[in-house]
Formats: sequence, structure tokens, C-alpha cells
Amino acid sequence: MKANAVNLTEKEYLLPGNRTCPGCALSLAYRHILKALEGRVIVTVPASCLTVLHGMYPVTSVTVPCVNTPFATTGASATGLVAGLKALGKEGLTVLAIAGDGGTHDIGIQALSAAAERQTDFLYICYDNEGYMNTGNQRSGSTPPGAISGTTPILGKRQNPKDIATIMEAHGVPYVATANASYPLDLYEKVKKARAIRGTRFIHVYTPCPPGWSFPFNNTVSIGKLAVETGWVILYEVEDGVFRLTSASESIAKKGNLKPLREYLVEQGRFKGITEEQVEALRRWVNTRWKRCLDRAGNL
Amino acid sequence: MAKKSNTRILDGNHAAAEGAKLSRVQVIAAYPITPQSPVTERLSEFVEKGELDAQYIAVESEHSALAVCTSASMVGARTFTASSSHGLAYMHEMLHWAAGARLPVVLACVNRAIGAPWNVLNDQQDSVSQRDTGWIQIYARNNQEILDSIIQAYRIAESIYVPVMVCYDGFVLSHTEMPVNVPSQEDVDRFLPPYKPHTTLDPNNPKNYNLVTFANPRVNAEGVLCHGYMELRYLLQEALQNSRETIIKVGQEFGELFGRSYANTLWESRLNDADIVIVAMGSLVMEAMVAADILREAGHKVGVLGLRVFRPFPKADVVKALEKSRVIVIFDKNISYGLEGATCSEIKSALYGSSVRAVIRNFIVGLGGRDVKARELAEAVNKSLLSLKEGDLTREYPEWICAI
Amino acid sequence: MGTRDCQHICGESSPAIGEAGKTGEWRDSFPVIDPEKCVVARQNKPACFLCWLYCPDAVVTKTIPIQINMEYCKGCGICAEICPADAITMVREQ
Repeated sequence: MKANAVNLTEKEYLLPGNRTCPGCALSLAYRHILKALEGRVIVTVPASCLTVLHGMYPVTSVTVPCVNTPFATTGASATGLVAGLKALGKEGLTVLAIAGDGGTHDIGIQALSAAAERQTDFLYICYDNEGYMNTGNQRSGSTPPGAISGTTPILGKRQNPKDIATIMEAHGVPYVATANASYPLDLYEKVKKARAIRGTRFIHVYTPCPPGWSFPFNNTVSIGKLAVETGWVILYEVEDGVFRLTSASESIAKKGNLKPLREYLVEQGRFKGITEEQVEALRRWVNTRWKRCLDRAGNL
Repeated sequence: MAKKSNTRILDGNHAAAEGAKLSRVQVIAAYPITPQSPVTERLSEFVEKGELDAQYIAVESEHSALAVCTSASMVGARTFTASSSHGLAYMHEMLHWAAGARLPVVLACVNRAIGAPWNVLNDQQDSVSQRDTGWIQIYARNNQEILDSIIQAYRIAESIYVPVMVCYDGFVLSHTEMPVNVPSQEDVDRFLPPYKPHTTLDPNNPKNYNLVTFANPRVNAEGVLCHGYMELRYLLQEALQNSRETIIKVGQEFGELFGRSYANTLWESRLNDADIVIVAMGSLVMEAMVAADILREAGHKVGVLGLRVFRPFPKADVVKALEKSRVIVIFDKNISYGLEGATCSEIKSALYGSSVRAVIRNFIVGLGGRDVKARELAEAVNKSLLSLKEGDLTREYPEWICAI
Repeated sequence: MGTRDCQHICGESSPAIGEAGKTGEWRDSFPVIDPEKCVVARQNKPACFLCWLYCPDAVVTKTIPIQINMEYCKGCGICAEICPADAITMVREQ
């Protein structure tokens, strides 16, 4: 039976009173990731906002075992956990590596790529707030073009983001999916599905950041929905090479068109300096990607 | 005494691999680098043949190698890695992490020079550069000591939760074959009990390890005052300060079971009647012994002090060993740029405040695989003796035995 | 009295609520649920619960009526934003 707000377990693995900003999408996503795994995990986390969510010694705000690890090492740390568990004959736990876009697309990509190449049996979740937000918003390989950040303060970022989900697909892993904190039930189902699959599983979760993107923190969920409605985020999964759109992206593909990208951009202060040229280039990039997904999805 | 063992002709790398195998390591992650590669190759062979029941992880970098080992160690597995030179440098961040997390990882460092420029041959700059990280460092003079030290390393590391680096000279030892007595698995099993981790990774009793720690102590949810960062680091230093006792005891027990005692932080040769002492570390100690023979022939009372344990630096043992010395000639296969050889600085530091008032001379030798001959060491000592007439206790900077 | 008594040799943290203190003190407005509009209150049975689903801080409980832990609610206002019945208003703290 598909999960909904009524039947979803009330058990929480994330405790109130933690250090995340009000309206943090990571916090929202993490709640449901842990629910889908029923807390039967060992989590490994690099330097990131999640480290801060987890608290400061000697108190933590999660009720799951967790190993903190240096920034570049998430994929390797997870490999070590899997190897240790295998060596000791311990079964039944999911090794969950969860890192930000910085720790995934940039400094952590080597270790992640290698872990996938080795067919490491773990679940890697990238929560993407499109910048190094923990250190005050510097650009990452995931930051959209036109976005102001600490290290793109005047001209805005000038390059397109890395398509990390496609990069992971190219590793031939059994499961790749995209998700979004604004669609927690879709995220929950994907994590639940991933849990049961053996091998390297990768989920790219989009998590808007109120202070980093400059929008009021009560808009976190609506910004996330706009991202999907305008095609900035496409919700899909690829299971053993078979592509399918999910949730709102599937609905849009069947029934409607994408909303103009502009509607998404105007809501966020980080795009206040974006030029018409950049908007147009971005719009074309989004549409090309959307069309590619429609082609892959086939007849709907 | 040892029941069943056999003497085989092994090079240093194979001795290291045998040591890890006998220690029943459970997770191995070691990225190849000259001159270490045969270690990781040999271990993968053991695993693929079914001779060693371990998870062999073909990591993509040394930094990841140690990250794999630290996390596997957190779970409770016995872990092993090996590296050299740039590889060791690449895992520098993780060396700090493993020590701060108090994980008993054992690492074999096959000593090799670091670039720029490229050089694949032996010197000790790589491991000496890591002396601040909080790892115990043991240096082997020969291949027997490599194998024996790795087994002892697990006993030491797992008793006090401090990682241990066993260092041996690249090519000089790693690729040179020597007779090595290989203990039996039964005897090593008696010597090495299973690893008991201090970490718990259990959803039924969840803990979060190595979170951000404040500068100041902080009270936990039960009202107990817990450490600030500084107190956790204090405990690491305390563990290293106290580790000498464990190292000696383990070395003694090793001797009782296997017939080769290591109840010492230093290798002392003919110090009883020596007023001139040559100091070296690793395989260079053997060269120094030959140099001492040459000098004794010429009528000098020369002894040799070999540093076996470099970290924790065995201050008291060094002072005692040098108490009769009048001239100390220290040969370093490393240099702390801008100052002098590391062992020279550390010996001076140990001697400060003691009654020893010897002249100290420091020579930089053997960098980048430059061959070091015993007669060159002897010549350096003679040179030092001649310079005594000028009366200074030490020079500002070391001399180099090279072709400049 | 030193910190040695805690007996930790590494940074080992245990779970507790309120790691960042009483985060309810962060907010400048707090959510108020109107029982006339709230679907759960009106139907008097489990239903909707979207505010519970979307709360980033897990301070909403799936009770009838719905309760919000005011000690820790950060006042982000997401619940008010997403409530399909417009039953939640953010009221400024005095």
C-alpha cells in the first residue's frame, strides 16, 4: 500500500530542537529518509549542513548510529562500513551515505564514483541545496547559472550544473532516482524501494535553502514544487536501466506543459542579478533536458 | 616457546604482508605506490586464494584507503593499510582523523622520498613528516622486524586505541630478500586476541561519532560534563605518553612466545664503554653498526643508538642511553626544512635539562635513495671529531653527505 | 571537577531532544490551528495530516486534535503554507 500522511509511521528518528534553520528542506527530507529505512541504518556523513543538524558533541539530534567522516571521503567511509559489517558477518542494516552537493559533485565525487565502480552495497543520498551552504553559501558544481553566491558575488555563476544523477547512471548502478523534499511521499517510496535493492543505489534529493537562496523560510515547500512545475527538477527513477517519471513530473508529462522558468527564478533573491541572456540560456537548457526525459519515458 | 614456525626467504614487502595475514586482518584497503605495491598485491593474492578471510577493497586513492579503514574499524573490524611517500601524504588528513577517533588501524609505511621532483627511492621524509599526527611510529631495521612489528602493532594499537605505523626503508628492505622466521598461525592467535572496539554502531543503542566539538566542555543530556576539543586531544597525548609501557610489555611477551624480544624502544650496541655514539633509524642502523666497527678498529670507543620507537619519542630511554656520551653524531634520512634533521632536534630536546653535555653533529644522508656506505658514516664521525677542537656544542645547520 | 569522568576517549554523542536548546525561542510567529477549518478536527478521525508530514522539525503530532510542540517549533510557517484547508495562521509573538 502506498504511503500517505495518514498511514505513514509516526516514529521519528529526528528529534526536535536541532540546529537546522527554520524551514530547512534537508531536515524535512531526512525525516522521511530515516522513516523509510525504519532507522535500521548506519549513517555516514561528511562535513555539511547535516553535520550541524546532527548536533555538537556530546549531544546528537538523531536516534540512528552515525559516523562522521572528512569531506572528500563519504563514498570511502561507506565502503569501510560495508566491508566491516561483511567481515563481521553482520546483516540487516543499510549503510546510508548522505552528503550535500559539495560533498557529492565536487570534493566527494572521486570516492563516490569508485564506490559505485566497486559495486559497493550501500545507499548514497545527495541532498542538493545548490551550494556550499554550511560554510555560508559558496558556489558548487551544482549551483545554477546566474545564481549569486559568496564566490560568485557580482557576476553570478556562469556554468551549468553537473548532472549528477546521469553521471551515476553511467556507472551502471542498479538504481538511480531524483527526489525533492517538497514531495516527501515520493521520496519515501524511492528510499523504501532502494532499501530492498542490492548494489550501489543513488538518490539525488533537491532541498531548497531559505538563507542560501534568499527566500522566506515558509516558502521552502512551495519553491520545491515550483522547481518541478517549471522543469528545473525532474522527478524520475532508473531501475536497472529502465527510466520512468514519477509523481508530479509524471503528471505534468501526461497532462500539461511546464510553467515558465521565470516563475521559479523570481522567487529567489540569489537570481536577482540574472540577465535576460542567462534566463534564456537556462530556459533552453531546462527544455532540452525535459524533452530528453520525455523521450526516455516513452508513450505516457 | 614457539611451536611450529619456519624460516623463509622474504623481502620486506612480503614480510609485511605475512605479518598482516598472520594478524588475521579483516579489512584491507591499500592503494598501490612504488615501492609498496607488492604488499597490496600479495594481500589480494592471499584473499583471492582463500588463505586470508578478509575484505580486500580496491580503493581509488590513499586518502580513501584510510577512510575505508577508519570506518571499518569503527564497526569493529581489524584493518590494515600500507603506503609510501605521496600516498602517505595524500592520506595526511585521515591520519589525523584516525588518531583523533582513537582507532587501532595499522599502517605499513614503505619509506620513500617525496617530490618535487619525482623520486621513487628511499628516504624517511614521508613518515617523519607525519610525526605530529598522533600515531605510534616503529622503525624496522630488517625484514624480521617488519613482520614481528606488524603483529605487535595490533596488540599495542588495540590495547590503547592508538593507530600504529610500522615503517621500513623502501627498496633497501622492501625489495631485499632476507631470511625471516615466520611464526605459526596458532602462536599468533594466542598472542593476538580479537579486536574489541570502543565504538558501538547499533540502531538499538545509537551513538554519533566525532561530531563538531566545542572549544569548551559541554554538559550532556544527563548533566555530565563532557570534554571540549582540547580534553579529547589531551587524552590522545596522554595515551601516547603512557604507551611506552604497553610497547615494552608487548615486546616482552612477544619475546617469551616467539623467542625474539622487543622489550625496548631503542636498539643499543656497545654503549657501555662508548663516548662517541652514532644515532640512526631504520635500516641505516645496520650501516651504523658497520661504521662503528671501522671506527673501533681505529681506536675510537664508538657505540650505536638505533631508534626503534620514534613516536612516542622515548626521551628517558634516550637520555639514559646517551649519559656517557661526549660526541653524538646523528644521521637523518629526512630534514625539517629550515631547521635540521628531525631525530637530531628530538634528541636535543630530550637531552635538554639532563646532565648530558655532549657535542652533537647532524648529517643529512641518503635522501632520494642516495646510497649510504658505512665508510661514509665513519668519515663523517671522524670529521666531527676533528671539528671538536673548535669547541662548539652544535652547529646551526646540519651537514649533508652529498655531491653539492 | 574535570571532564575525565564522562569516560569518553573520543567524541561519542548520545541522542537527546533540544540539542540546540529551546528552539521555540527562535521564532517571531507561531502557528495556530483553527479547529473549524482543520480537516482532522472536523472529521474527528485520522485524515490529511499534511502539517505533520511537512514539518521539518517533527514538532507536530498525529493526534486528534493536532498538537504542536511550542518548546521547539521554530515558527517556519511551512505548515500554514501547505495546509489545504487554510486552517493554520501564523500569529506574531508578543
